[in-house]
Amino acid sequence: MNLHVQPAPVRKSIFVNAPPGRAFDIFANGIGRWWPKSHKIGAADLDRPVIEPRTGGRWYEIDFDGSECEIGKVLAWEPPARLLLAWKLDPEWKFDPDLVTEVEVLFTAEEGGTRVNLEHRHLERMGDRAEAVRELVDSPNGWGLLLQLYSEASAE
Amino acid sequence: MANAARVFDALHDTTRRTVLERLREGPKSVGEIANDLPVSRPAVSQHLKVLKDAGLVNDRSEGTRRIYHIDPKGLGALRAWLDQFWDSALTSFAAEVERQEKERK
Repeated sequence: MNLHVQPAPVRKSIFVNAPPGRAFDIFANGIGRWWPKSHKIGAADLDRPVIEPRTGGRWYEIDFDGSECEIGKVLAWEPPARLLLAWKLDPEWKFDPDLVTEVEVLFTAEEGGTRVNLEHRHLERMGDRAEAVRELVDSPNGWGLLLQLYSEASAE
Repeated sequence: MANAARVFDALHDTTRRTVLERLREGPKSVGEIANDLPVSRPAVSQHLKVLKDAGLVNDRSEGTRRIYHIDPKGLGALRAWLDQFWDSALTSFAAEVERQEKERK
């Protein structure tokens, strides 16, 4: 008997005090204004992430040394209601062109603003890429690094 | 949400990682897990408890036996980290929306 390991998607919901159109715009076009600077892939300091405003567009970060690092892609650009992104970072926080986990962001009008629902799903694919929990754990850049980042984030 | 530090502690042990590997093959009783391992049954039970506390495995009763399986909702630090990550990212996003809305007024 084979048990397929499938972690539940990460689901988040937050209310913002702007209509869906502006909320979408700030989320996608303005991502450089709110994305936590501590969350970056490149070796240099993060300047800002960029989401190209079209289906098929790139999602990448620009670092202060001018280098660009891929994060993923725009799978669906549907303002003002929906943005579907491919997050292509593996558990070691490296870009993997063959890995697709999805981040879906839905913007729904609500009294006085917008309800933003985010779902990060297909996380099990990261596990598939990583082959085995043991390898992940043993890798110096693997879980240990994530946990370090996690505790830094928690301490903020 | 899984506590990442606890997950890390739980995984920082060769036997526990082996137990987890066994459970990746499918749900098993303590006896079945202990059969393949050079450690006693009570020791395996103790390891399972640590894994369970970390949210990595869960158990259910089947007659008089306890069957352990990997907890698909709790597979570890990666999910916990992403959960935490999106929390802080969305909070920061909402603050930016609020700032820009204030500017408009």
